[in-house]
Amino acid sequence: MDRPLALEVRDLTVAYEEKPVLWDVDLEVPEGVLMAIVGPNGAGKSTLIKTVLGLVPSAAGQVRIYGQPYARRRELVGYVPQRGSVDWDFPTNALDVVLMGLYRKIGWIRRPARRERELALESLAKVGMAEYADRQISQLSGGQQQRVFLARALVQDAQVYLMDEPFAGVDATTERAIVALLRELRAAGKTLIVVHHDLQTVSEYFDWLMLLNVRHIASGPVAEVFTADNLRDAYGGRVAFVTPNAGSENGHLSEPQSLLSRGG
Amino acid sequence: MSTAQIEIILIASVVAASCALIGTFLVLRKMALMSDAISHAILLGIVVMFFLTRSRASLPMILAATATGVLTVYLVELLVQTRLVKEDAAIGLVFPALFSIGVILISRYAANIHLDIDAVLLGELVFAPFDRLIVAGRDIGPKTLWLGLSVGVINLAFILLFYKELKLATFDPGLAAALGFSPVLIHYALMTLVSVTAVSSFEAVGSILVIALMIGPPAAAYLLTDRLPVMLALGVLLAVVSAVLGYLIAYLVNGSIAGSMATMTGVIFVIVLMVAPQRGLISRWSRQRRQRAQFAAEALLVHLSQHTGQPEFAAECAVTHLTGHFRWSEPFAAQIVRFARQRDWIEESDGCLRLTRAGTRVASQVMVRS
Repeated sequence: MDRPLALEVRDLTVAYEEKPVLWDVDLEVPEGVLMAIVGPNGAGKSTLIKTVLGLVPSAAGQVRIYGQPYARRRELVGYVPQRGSVDWDFPTNALDVVLMGLYRKIGWIRRPARRERELALESLAKVGMAEYADRQISQLSGGQQQRVFLARALVQDAQVYLMDEPFAGVDATTERAIVALLRELRAAGKTLIVVHHDLQTVSEYFDWLMLLNVRHIASGPVAEVFTADNLRDAYGGRVAFVTPNAGSENGHLSEPQSLLSRGG
Repeated sequence: MSTAQIEIILIASVVAASCALIGTFLVLRKMALMSDAISHAILLGIVVMFFLTRSRASLPMILAATATGVLTVYLVELLVQTRLVKEDAAIGLVFPALFSIGVILISRYAANIHLDIDAVLLGELVFAPFDRLIVAGRDIGPKTLWLGLSVGVINLAFILLFYKELKLATFDPGLAAALGFSPVLIHYALMTLVSVTAVSSFEAVGSILVIALMIGPPAAAYLLTDRLPVMLALGVLLAVVSAVLGYLIAYLVNGSIAGSMATMTGVIFVIVLMVAPQRGLISRWSRQRRQRAQFAAEALLVHLSQHTGQPEFAAECAVTHLTGHFRWSEPFAAQIVRFARQRDWIEESDGCLRLTRAGTRVASQVMVRS
């Protein structure tokens, strides 16, 4: 592989009170891929992203972004947290939330100026939300809130994007818009790492895949990784109706109900 | 009005503004209880410093009390980190412990000196004008006023300088951390200021009023606006109004000043809760009422359009039929018929309701929508 590695994770172990959430995880993500992280609930998908960003301390292991620790590469990384992780009743509007993506470039104490406002507006326009710039965020639908979060990541103009379940709870239109946007970013040479829940759309949306269940199960091109054996490993042999790589249009891929009740 | 009275109102207003500014962020961070904890726990710091220095000098007291406030926050976090206690319970465990150690120390060793529990809870606003600040032989006003002003300026400067960082760390601490703005640092800076504000205000107005002013006005302002700068300004305004009105009421009924000021913050909050334009209870009730009428009228239109031109129409169109068909009470049925007629959706002749052209159109739109 001659492409540089956008993200490299080596022997990463994360534990909450001696209970391992991630166990000796290795991962290499080449530049320019659109990657899904897939695994059952409680597999540590969000934790992996948060550990890469330094939000969760690791017990052991290394994370490198373009060969350097995250603290030295902050400006290369854009982050889209789970929509439910913030209070949408906060008294502010959509444009202001997008502006937050520029706070690091603006630096301590200084305020966003007109140039930054224009960038934020452009970014909102890219996700089809330009006319909602002044809208109080609690008045937006779930899909619109997710688009605002994406616009905030876009305005960071990063090289690597980490997204925590951007498709969760959004309508079909927003889902299509997000997929189009992700592909556009990939075409521009960005690397996208997306925590994803829906096995049915993996082959359609993504070209790279990591299967995770506390341990690294498999990672690489979707065509190689998205196999019945790997899925059985990731989901503990309980994926009943898997017909992977048989064309996701008519294949019925779904997580059995029992997996959904596993504690997160 | 005497100079002393004006000075009391000034002191109370300055303290109120200061508390509301910093309290806005407590409310937004869902840490309102922290004001309770800090404003009580600082008593321990004050008492300990009093024993160490044997004086009531302001600066050491403020430093000691602030340190105790930050210690409270830290102890609460230690407890929460064990994951055995939730945050609200941790707050309820830590501050009564610190406060009661302070109370024991006072009652055991300082019963005869000027540090008593009533003053802690309700302050001594009446006496504030007697403690003057003399600079170069000139009396420039009550000490408490200058202290309050200084803390107010510090709070305002902090919020103006770090407005963007405070907003980010409050709305999305995860992103703040990812971008390199330490939310922990911002949290402790804010808690230090809450402590400084609490201790500087508490001598004048007592801990209960500190809590009332930190939470009541910002909570009311939150219901009135969607914008953070407006919320900050409105919080300050409502706090000052509470202080001034509270003083006037205390004066009229010859009651406790701090008590009536705290009461006013509650009264103002309840009024705002009722009448706030969009989030208030009254506006919510009338919105729900309107939506219910709208839905019922649409149901009526659909019902009429289904039966228009059918043989049974004469029976179905009767006004009296509605109470049976929709299980509406008679007054509600009358209200809905009125609602629909006002919009020219139906007309009534000989006790029979008929759709107008506009009503037919609305009925078909409703059916398409559903």
